[in-house]
Amino acid sequence: MSELLFFSLLNGIVTGLLLFMLASGLTLIFSMMGVLNFAHASFYMLGAYFAYTISLYVGFWLGLILAPLLVGVLGALVERYGLRYVHRWGHVAELIFTFGLAFLIEEVVQFIWGKETKAYHEPEILQFSLFTFFGQDFPAYKAFMLLVSIAIFIVLLLILTRSRIGLIIQAAITHPNMTAMLGHNVPLVFMGVFGVGCALAGLAGVIAGPALGTFPGMAVVLGSIVFVIVVVGGLGSLTGAFVASLLIGLLQTFAIALDYSVSDLLAVLNISVDAESALRDLWALSLPQVAPILPYLLLVLILIFRPTGLFGKRET
Amino acid sequence: MSIKSTIIVGAAFATLSAFSAQAAEKIKIAFIDPLSGPFAATGTNGLQQFIYAADELVNKKGGVLGGREFEIVPLDNKVSPKESLVQLKRAIGDGIHYVVQGNSSGVANALTDAISKHNRRNPDSRVILLNYSAVDPALTNEKCSYWHFRFDAGADIKMNALTDAIKNNSNIKKVYIIGQDYSFGKAVASSAIQFLGEKRPDIEIVGNELHPIGKVKDFTPYATKIRASGADAVITGNWGADMVGLGKAIGETGLDVPIYTYYAANDGITKTIGEGGKNRIRLVHEGPVNPPSNDVYKAYHTGFKAKNPDKDVSQFRIVNVIQMLAKAMEQAGSEKPIEVAKQLEGMEFTTLHGEKVVMRSDDHQLIQPIHISVHTNENITFDSDNSGYGMRTESTIAAADTALPTTCKMERPE
Amino acid sequence: MTDTTHLNGGEATAPLVKRLGPWIGLAALLVVLPMIFSTNSAIYTMNLMGIFVVFALSYNMLLGQGGMLSFGHAVYFGLGGFMSMHLVNYIEEEIFVLPIFLVPIFGGLIGLVFGVIIGSFSTRRAGTVFAMISLGIGELMAASSLIFVAFFGGEEGVSGDRTMGPNILGVDFAQDIEVYYLIAAWAFVTILLMYLFSRTPMGRMANAVRDNEERAEFIGYSQRKVRFISFCASGFFAGIAGGLFAINFEIVTEENLNAMTSGVVLLMAYIGGVGFFIGPIIGAVVFTLLQTLLSNYTEIWQLYVGVLFVLTVMYVPQGLTGILAMHGPAFRMQRLGILVVPYIRAGLPTALMLCGIIGFLEMIHHLRAAAVGETGMSLAGIEFDTHAVMPWVVVVLMGSVGAFLTKTQMPQLREAWDQANAPLASDKGVTS
Repeated sequence: MSELLFFSLLNGIVTGLLLFMLASGLTLIFSMMGVLNFAHASFYMLGAYFAYTISLYVGFWLGLILAPLLVGVLGALVERYGLRYVHRWGHVAELIFTFGLAFLIEEVVQFIWGKETKAYHEPEILQFSLFTFFGQDFPAYKAFMLLVSIAIFIVLLLILTRSRIGLIIQAAITHPNMTAMLGHNVPLVFMGVFGVGCALAGLAGVIAGPALGTFPGMAVVLGSIVFVIVVVGGLGSLTGAFVASLLIGLLQTFAIALDYSVSDLLAVLNISVDAESALRDLWALSLPQVAPILPYLLLVLILIFRPTGLFGKRET
Repeated sequence: MSIKSTIIVGAAFATLSAFSAQAAEKIKIAFIDPLSGPFAATGTNGLQQFIYAADELVNKKGGVLGGREFEIVPLDNKVSPKESLVQLKRAIGDGIHYVVQGNSSGVANALTDAISKHNRRNPDSRVILLNYSAVDPALTNEKCSYWHFRFDAGADIKMNALTDAIKNNSNIKKVYIIGQDYSFGKAVASSAIQFLGEKRPDIEIVGNELHPIGKVKDFTPYATKIRASGADAVITGNWGADMVGLGKAIGETGLDVPIYTYYAANDGITKTIGEGGKNRIRLVHEGPVNPPSNDVYKAYHTGFKAKNPDKDVSQFRIVNVIQMLAKAMEQAGSEKPIEVAKQLEGMEFTTLHGEKVVMRSDDHQLIQPIHISVHTNENITFDSDNSGYGMRTESTIAAADTALPTTCKMERPE
Repeated sequence: MTDTTHLNGGEATAPLVKRLGPWIGLAALLVVLPMIFSTNSAIYTMNLMGIFVVFALSYNMLLGQGGMLSFGHAVYFGLGGFMSMHLVNYIEEEIFVLPIFLVPIFGGLIGLVFGVIIGSFSTRRAGTVFAMISLGIGELMAASSLIFVAFFGGEEGVSGDRTMGPNILGVDFAQDIEVYYLIAAWAFVTILLMYLFSRTPMGRMANAVRDNEERAEFIGYSQRKVRFISFCASGFFAGIAGGLFAINFEIVTEENLNAMTSGVVLLMAYIGGVGFFIGPIIGAVVFTLLQTLLSNYTEIWQLYVGVLFVLTVMYVPQGLTGILAMHGPAFRMQRLGILVVPYIRAGLPTALMLCGIIGFLEMIHHLRAAAVGETGMSLAGIEFDTHAVMPWVVVVLMGSVGAFLTKTQMPQLREAWDQANAPLASDKGVTS
């Protein structure tokens, strides 16, 4: 059992931190521009595909650097020539634009790279097991993912709280008009943040591609989970996004690891149920089965009872 | 430019009309499977195999019924039962009487149901469903239909074969079953428990897990759980991305036990699993690839690869579908579904591999030899995904031994 | 711009004939359509259109009329479908005696019930909160539908037989044409009801709340109540659409209530134009046509739909209906004639450019997807070799020359447009 708990904890943290890389960019974009970017996970997918193609020619490590940059530039272009243009039609149009963009990017990816899973692998140098605990291996690549995510978190936090540009960003989040009055180029800040946010998503894609598979559906699989994190963490709160990412990561891992069902609970309470009733599925419901629902349940409950999210100061 | 295109169009028309005047009307076969969306890779691969089989084994040999050729009409269903019915209607509207389908038992159930209803309501435009891959046992048992013929072995038949292999491996004491949460995954799990219980009551089932289909992004938590359960073997019916993720995750935990699978080969899976699954992943299937059974098959496979270098003959049953359909039409002397169905029922046939197979009349299940193969890069003649790895046959269960009783009560037309 | 309708000339005081005219026309069209397009697949496509017209209209009660962006509208459509399918099965088992054509009402009722339950907490706020709750509920229901097999039938869904109901007037719905008239009748009734709803004070208040919730509160209406009622009504009509779906396909699956269907209905409504009552109708018809016809000719049809969608959002946020409506003033001033020649002059090069682009994409796709040695390809009846240089030169030339010519024709089009709309355009406020 302790083996299961230990590894579930590790896996949960790895998943959580990966989600954080996606969520950090999204939450900044969301709180600044008020746009929930549905295409955010698509940039994550693009990161993986770019890195795959680059790695075919110059190897994994250059891909790790180049792919996020490319995705970042692409994101900035989308902001400059797409989102800013659509902004004139209002928020709903922006939301729908990103929704359409997500759909389009998936089609374009299929058009360029085809529909099958790409053989995008970890670099040779990381293909060993870092340590073995209770006879179970922990791959070095997972540790690498862990390190990259933590580094990103620290760098982001430092930039946002310690640097001049960070202060401008924070100001632009809460008082965009005032910031513009003070002579800062707010549209440029928006474009920059959108680009950096997409680059972060791209980076997440680069490192997740080998671990979770590089296929056209990878954006959809992760897409709405990231929204959950942003909403649960609270608007514009990097700490909130961090905590929520870890929470969701651990929630999903442990829900799979712990095999308890409703009927177990009822058995403890000495209640017996009819195995033939129409609600039989409800009694047989086990924790691993409901694992994928839990984040959305959390989302709905948070929105109803605490619309500011766990750490947010404003309502969404 | 306009003059040029006029000439081209004119020439095209001329050739077309000359051609149609020459050849008899083609027999159209509707291919209803995913050609877009997440499962498109499997679908397009199947389509190319159908086109190649029809060209190579029927059309180039002079067609059927005195020179009529097979034409495969691809119709995209996006693995959606609803889209499949739309495409079925379109096929029927175009006068097509033969439908081939394979991906997802959900779709096969919907199509069988719709075709049975259609044939009852429209006796003058009947349709036959040739199922080449959907293996839910219900299709040849409680939900069986006279108009449905299955060329792949049912999930229970395959599990019977798999458990035969497990039976002889005395190292296996604990088995973990994991699958996708839908009819097929459940069928795999229940037949695994049934057959293991009969053949090796000493084996303990240490886990019986169903996960949501196509929604799990990281299989590591499952792999951790499997590892922690102390299993000596894993059984899974996973396919597509779910198989890739599971195979990879199990490999990463360093768990060195055999993984018995239904679909862990081709369509990018073999390539992705690569070294991590060597001698570990086993596959239960029909149609042995390595070593090739004979020169006829070798030539066929080589010819296919020459034409489709990045695809594989991953579903040999497709060849059987085409050949048996052609034979049935010849025997019936007609392309009328009712006549052809009569001939297909109970048909005995020798495949390209030289294997003897029979379409059992009771439930329209093709009874054929089943093979257990291992994922390896040694002694591989035809690899998968051009990865150097492929499936090498380890053991074979004779056709007669694979047959299972059926509960099918078929309604036959007058 | 937001409330122009083509069904109604504008004023409620218009003569009776003028007010009823469009409806009689619609009814006549619905009756005649299957006689013009009588092939099996045409009828099937029209059935699909009818279902999606109702569904998209119900969606627009939220987005267009109520200003609520929902990413989970398929929930009510799907639940309505499941309920109706179960009902059809009960009828077959003779637990209930009910003519099949009444089944969609029960789909609507279950949609209404869930609309009341979910609306009670989700309509408290509009905007992003509502959108996120709808997304969460959508995902929740889709995932649950695979877990609760007893009701939803798992991945296979629930199927039934529509012909087993009591036989009225010799109609047993065995043939698609009978189902067509069933769907047409329901579509007619629901379109009428939804239209009337939008004309009630309640429907008007929904518009007011959409445009400015604060002002709506000031004149004494609870914005929350208004949204809640719109939401419930929308759920009801979505449920009816689900019921029609169940009868038409005789199968309902998880797909009917998942995010994909929710996305498709958003797409349809938006492409058609959410600011107009008939926008979603046009959107549903166009989208269904694209889906069923385009996929016959090209494997990359979804790419085209994606491009179309993004371009619509960017450049014509009023949707296809918006483009039509833009011509309203010119039409009323009887000046459409002025635009014909400029349109042809601009349209021909645009078509050339599109041909070039489509040809280019199709050829790339063919190059990648076709079997080795199979270099011949046919596009629009023209056969050519994708490995030769010539076809590539041709499509690139077509694309670039077309683009260049289109650009040169734009000024004259703009001029003609201004001319056509000149004197009275000021008080119409139509954006061009």
